[in-house]
Amino acid sequence: MLKRKPMFVKSISDRLTLTWQQIKNRLSNLRVVQSREATFLVALGVMVRKEVADYLRSWRFLILVALIVLTCIGSVYTAITNMAKALEKSNPDQIFFYLKLFTVSDGTMPSFIVFVGFLGPLLGLMLGFDAINHEQNRGTLSRILSQPIPRDYVLNAKFLAAYLVVSVLLLVLSLFVMGVGMIVLGVPPTAEEFLRILFFVVLSTIYVAVWINLSIFFSVRFRQPATSALAGIAVWLFFTVFYPLLLSFILKPMEPSEMASAVEILKYEKIRLLLVQLMPNELFSQATTTILTPSIRSIGPLTIQQIYGSIPAPLPLSQSLLIVLPQVIGLIALSLICFILSYISFMRKEIRSR
Amino acid sequence: MALPVIEIRGLTKIYDNNKRVVDNLNLTIYEGEVFGLLGPNGAGKSTTILMLLGLTEPSEGTVTIAGIDATRNPVAVKKIVGYLPEDVGFYDHMTGLENLVYTAMLNGFSRSDSEQKALHLLKRVNLEQEAHKKVGKYSRGMRQRLGLADVLIKNPRVIILDEPTLGIDPSGMHEFLDLIVQLSREEKITVLFSSHHLHQVQQVCDRVAIFVNGKLIAEGNIDQLSKQLFEDGSFHTEFALVEDVSTDTIQKALAGIKGIKRLQWEGQIFALESELDITAQVGRALIEQGYNLRYLNRKQYGLDEIYQRYFLNA
Repeated sequence: MLKRKPMFVKSISDRLTLTWQQIKNRLSNLRVVQSREATFLVALGVMVRKEVADYLRSWRFLILVALIVLTCIGSVYTAITNMAKALEKSNPDQIFFYLKLFTVSDGTMPSFIVFVGFLGPLLGLMLGFDAINHEQNRGTLSRILSQPIPRDYVLNAKFLAAYLVVSVLLLVLSLFVMGVGMIVLGVPPTAEEFLRILFFVVLSTIYVAVWINLSIFFSVRFRQPATSALAGIAVWLFFTVFYPLLLSFILKPMEPSEMASAVEILKYEKIRLLLVQLMPNELFSQATTTILTPSIRSIGPLTIQQIYGSIPAPLPLSQSLLIVLPQVIGLIALSLICFILSYISFMRKEIRSR
Repeated sequence: MALPVIEIRGLTKIYDNNKRVVDNLNLTIYEGEVFGLLGPNGAGKSTTILMLLGLTEPSEGTVTIAGIDATRNPVAVKKIVGYLPEDVGFYDHMTGLENLVYTAMLNGFSRSDSEQKALHLLKRVNLEQEAHKKVGKYSRGMRQRLGLADVLIKNPRVIILDEPTLGIDPSGMHEFLDLIVQLSREEKITVLFSSHHLHQVQQVCDRVAIFVNGKLIAEGNIDQLSKQLFEDGSFHTEFALVEDVSTDTIQKALAGIKGIKRLQWEGQIFALESELDITAQVGRALIEQGYNLRYLNRKQYGLDEIYQRYFLNA
């Protein structure tokens, strides 16, 4: 038995090296076929690296980061001071300490997820609003576009760089919150909590990506950076302030009376949900609260029959993900629409030197 | 005969307001020559150049550079064409060297190759001392020279310069133009040089195309141009007298000379247009009639007049 074991290991290692050789060969074949695309990709990498470096060196990014870090510390502090109260309640989520860190607030300071929902758009807008028009006004765009790179690489690089910066920032912040939690609570997070928080980070980056793409579109569309920044802020204000107002204005008269039948109430709720979900910020807050509050079973209304007999226990992660799938797809679709719009207006644009 | 590098056939650009900025342009530029596009502002020079690089689409017609269709395959064209726009823009927060390295890397060179090339070219355009200075601190002339280095870093076969000397002081301009000619001769680079500044064009270009309102009016070297322009066969004589006399009096005084088409008082001098060369006769006639001749000249045409005449007609 003892003698056969090395043989066995050897045959596996042989097989592994063989396949490794094959993989290498295949890769090199691919490289030959796609050498043109590969050199282009190298150029894209160079561009993304430069954009990221520019962001990291810029004052506006530092200011935003400072703002976000401060609010993050504030919200984590309130969450920790209120942790005891939050855990006392006999709710099914009480075992998820770490998720509480992101969602709990005492009313004086919003919770972490509310902050991300509020500052995320600003972050996205700030990173993208002068992406294209600034380069055009400085005359660098025509110089870059006279290099042998496909034109869309400029857009792609701008987006990828902003997305990369945002992702790293949000990931670091979330890990920071978890680290603080570990010190304060003294218990390590469970695998599920960790995964849920990771998904929350992914969701947040998708949400910020919508605003990055929107602001890049405005930066293609408007010649002046100030105009495109204002346009972006206008859209953001519209969705955070005016659209909810407008909604209550529309929905007030349709509100069913207390005596209304279940069918009518259900109908009203469906309309309300539909209108509310047109807001990207609503999609984001629905998705994140569901991910970070495992006991949420549905975003829409549930009938008594549906709830009947169910145990008020937290859902497994896969089920929570299923619930938020439509929201995630909605956010990605919004992102794509903005990206396509900027693509269309950029690809056939005439690039004058200044 | 040298090989044609840039071939423009029936090129037309119509903007939204139905204005024909470039109108049915046909032009061939051969390998290794310095070709001047001469025209006033708004003649369509820059638009033509943008179409050469695929930075804007032509409404009609084709452009091929070294056999590659510039509209269909702009990326391949940009591999061999360097373009220096008027008032070129650099990233102000980066040094001159960093800017060049970035361009080189976009052209697929590795970082070490890029740095080597960039340093070599900076030396070439006399910017060695400023290589590590932020471009934001560069003067206009330095930027333009950096622009030339930026264009050359991809080893182009063709370079296109759009009003490259705008805003450079005269001595810097001279240096810059010399550099261009030198490059074209040494590296066999075809140069397309657009300008509304005629002396510069005269100084550096082998051939010139005159461009007004989107139309090509004349093409060739300076001699050919002047022949094309004055083929109506008129001669021009200028003279001035010490005496203060009216045009009518002079007209009477010169009545005996045949072939006078027009006599005009141009402020300081009389301008005479005739079918034959009558400069000598005019001089004799005036002196014989007791006038004191102060100035007499048979006009020769340089690019100045060619330019004037074309642009005034247009």
